[in-house]
Amino acid sequence: MLNYTLRRLLMVIPTLLILVIFAFYLMRLAPGGPFTSERPLPPAVMANVLERYGMDEPLYVQLWTYIKNIICCFDFGPSFAQKDRTVNDVIAQGFPVTLTYGFWSAVFVLALGVPLGIIAALRHNGFWDYTMTGLAIFSQIFPNFVLAPLLVLLFTLSWGLLPGGGWNGGQWQYIVMPAIALGTSYMASVARLTRGSMLEVLGSPYIRTARAKGLPERTIILRHALKPALLPTLTYMGPVFVYMITGSVFVDVFFSTGGIGQDFIDGAYSRDYSILLGLAILYAVLTFALTLAVDLLYAWIDPKVRAGLS
Amino acid sequence: MIGAVKRRLNSANFADERAGEMVASRSFWADAGRRFLRNRMAVFSVGMLSVLVLFAIFGNLFSRWSFEEIDWNVLGRIKQDGGPSLENGHWFGVDELGRDLYARVVQGTRTSLLVGFIAGPVSVILGATLGALSGYYGGRFDRTVLGAYTIWLAIPYIIFFVVWQAFFGRSMSQMILVIILVNWTAGLLIVRGQVMMLKNREFVDAARMLGMSDLAIIFRHLAPNVLWVVVIYTSLVIPEVIMMESLVSFLGVGIQEPNTSLGALLSEGASTMTFGTLWQLGFPAAIFVLAQVSLFYIGDGLRDALDPKER
Amino acid sequence: MLSVENLHIRFRTGDGLVHAVNDVSFSVDAGSRLAVVGESGSGKSQIALAIMGLLAKNAEVEGRIMWDGQDLLATSNREMNRIRAREIGIIFQDPMSSLNPYMTIERQLTEIVEHHEGMSRRAARARALEVMDAVRIPDAKARLRAYPHEFSGGMRQRIVIAMALMCQPKLILADEPTTALDVTVQAQIMQLLQDVQSDLGTSVVLITHDLGVVAGFCEDVLVLYGGRVMETAKTMALFDQPGHPYTRGLLRAVPNIEDPSDALTAIPGSPPNQHRFPVACPFAPRCADVVDTCRETLPQLRDGRACLRPIEELT
Ligand SMILES: Nc1ncnc2c1ncn2[C@@H]1O[C@H](COP(=O)(O)OP(=O)(O)O)[C@@H](O)[C@H]1O
Ligand SMILES: [Mg+2]
Repeated sequence: MLNYTLRRLLMVIPTLLILVIFAFYLMRLAPGGPFTSERPLPPAVMANVLERYGMDEPLYVQLWTYIKNIICCFDFGPSFAQKDRTVNDVIAQGFPVTLTYGFWSAVFVLALGVPLGIIAALRHNGFWDYTMTGLAIFSQIFPNFVLAPLLVLLFTLSWGLLPGGGWNGGQWQYIVMPAIALGTSYMASVARLTRGSMLEVLGSPYIRTARAKGLPERTIILRHALKPALLPTLTYMGPVFVYMITGSVFVDVFFSTGGIGQDFIDGAYSRDYSILLGLAILYAVLTFALTLAVDLLYAWIDPKVRAGLS
Repeated sequence: MIGAVKRRLNSANFADERAGEMVASRSFWADAGRRFLRNRMAVFSVGMLSVLVLFAIFGNLFSRWSFEEIDWNVLGRIKQDGGPSLENGHWFGVDELGRDLYARVVQGTRTSLLVGFIAGPVSVILGATLGALSGYYGGRFDRTVLGAYTIWLAIPYIIFFVVWQAFFGRSMSQMILVIILVNWTAGLLIVRGQVMMLKNREFVDAARMLGMSDLAIIFRHLAPNVLWVVVIYTSLVIPEVIMMESLVSFLGVGIQEPNTSLGALLSEGASTMTFGTLWQLGFPAAIFVLAQVSLFYIGDGLRDALDPKER
Repeated sequence: MLSVENLHIRFRTGDGLVHAVNDVSFSVDAGSRLAVVGESGSGKSQIALAIMGLLAKNAEVEGRIMWDGQDLLATSNREMNRIRAREIGIIFQDPMSSLNPYMTIERQLTEIVEHHEGMSRRAARARALEVMDAVRIPDAKARLRAYPHEFSGGMRQRIVIAMALMCQPKLILADEPTTALDVTVQAQIMQLLQDVQSDLGTSVVLITHDLGVVAGFCEDVLVLYGGRVMETAKTMALFDQPGHPYTRGLLRAVPNIEDPSDALTAIPGSPPNQHRFPVACPFAPRCADVVDTCRETLPQLRDGRACLRPIEELT
């Protein structure tokens, strides 16, 4: 198990490196940069600016310096477009925000999606089953960027229950809508997946064996069926986290939470190399960490996989 | 179906065999067509989508304004006078800048459908080709492709999208290009699996013995047999691509003004809804939802009609 | 002890009703061993499931299944739970899939007695070890914490048998306990069942498609075809003089141990259409001794055989 973890971690490093190199060259080779504007700077000033940011050196030297600084001092360099702010400042300010509602959104996805899927499976073709099918189609058609305005329309503009945006130090009222907007469609997918796998498990021979033991239904569901039924959902959480990171960029922008998504988009507008690169690395690391966590959890839960790894 | 193909390939006259194979696959598609037509929701959705396509192509003819033109009469008083109206010819009202929303929605629908129907199929063809090669040749090539696939899927596409858009401009063709690049994995795995299954069948051996080259085998013999997978997959990718484009445009890094897309219109509508100009959100949202609903049910119908497992 | 009376089982499906079991009656006395034999699809498993009250949701049942004076078909699920495993145990066909892959062997064994006999975990573990020894699982103590996939097919089937024995039920339904196993392992498992049966005095209903398995083990045989009883007899008598053409066909399909060169002959033809309740002998289309009346009259079980032809006239 430890071995497997280490091997997975070792895989991540080259992947990240490729990503960094690729993104670095992509940005630098593209026309335009943070200092190109409508009115071009005088060449002398431009040279000065470039030197200040170390951009007068050859690209591979810049890349080397960049990677070295990250590894030795966890330093992603200064922002090019925002004066007196480093990338680390931007991350320190925005990341906790994104992480906070992202966490609650994941809780929402699992805490609602899983029970809904199980109930739908147990009451196959009943009210909850149909409710869930409806929800699944609804979420396919209303992606987060349609759902979010709808939520604001209802909860803020019509009923005045929740603030339509902002963060305010992370009070719960400010977390609710971002978390729901980010999570709803994955909640529906999780519910659908859980329902499907639960139905499959309930029809399996080993559940019939459990029934033949004369165990009460509750024990059969909780002790025998729940774990295998949740395994597919667990694997699906890897991709879900990847999608949710994409979604968080939208949520940060739409709800003005002050999370890193807004900085990322701003960085794109101002062609702020270091912000874009730094946040891209952060997003990638976050994805790898979450995916790895899911895989490890899976390996730990499934005895067959666990046995195969040790 | 395979059995029939196989028998024909083993017979003497190869030209006859080719013709015979075409007939066999034609009947498969005819059957599938019949099954699809029996699915009422899918047929209705095809109708709905056709109306949307016609709207995108010819909608302009019914518009009194172009999508860039500013109506100075309503500019200062959009909340009061900018709503949908028959008198001043703004069927859907005007947007925040006083431009005709009907013309803009037509334009936006055009962009979104164009992006979806070009980038979607091209991505799938790209992914399917890679998948077919990968499945056919196996070995190191297959491992490399699969490795790249796994890594690619683990990266949120928005990173690549935003970085690319920031530096290569935001025209329609750039948008289509970047969507294809982001989606190169579409259909890869499923076609790879199909080809791996098919390549050991007798009819492939027979073709090989007849001296056909690998590429000819892949494109002439295997491709028709995995076409159904590709069709199903394309029907899934198109709405996804439209969704992707809309999201990126919503974030402001998509299609550049004054051109627009459904996502950009949704974004503008959402940003002004506090002012009470709800039509600016409502019309684009309705068209978007309509497109997604019909694509969803068409995909559903295709799956039912084509997938052997569903039958 | 157990008596099945006029049991009918039908399944509602997309293409109409499937008549899986048609008017089957038999009884099992305490300590006796009955074999239920028939080709696959003849309804053997459904009878066992009906006794356990575990039929699929789309099943319709008719008739009576009397167990110690109680009709199991009229018993609520909750009360059935008191009979399952405690009074009637079942061994399912496929040991690969009938064990929960995500639970240790220990838990799958101990939960039975913990539930039915209120045993502590420790006492339950002791019982599990005892039973695992009885079914001859080597090194039982060390293997308690193992998962099913760590065992071979034969060992898994022993575990399944151990599960059925945990509460020492009065009756064990063994549904093709050896079908999924290698020939050498098959013999071991049958030997094991025999030993267990004679040690505990349990009654056994052995379900199988292979008359060869029956020979040394059961006193009585019930031959099923198309969900109907074709013949019932003492095993010795049945092997001596099979009273039904179908039984004769089955016997010809048993490998001859003395002369392996003797070619096996499967019965030609395919199983009957079960979408209608049979109105004629269901075996008639495949029968070597068929006469016209066979295609018109439904033979009733008389003197242990459901055949219209006199026994002397059979080939
Ligand atoms: N849930 C079900 N729905 C429809 N038909 C079923 C169902 N379960 C069993 N059957 C049918 O009942 C018949 C008898 O099955 P079974 O008792 O399992 O045969 P076997 O003698 O091989 O154990 C088969 O023809 C089978 O197709
Ligand atoms: Mg069976």
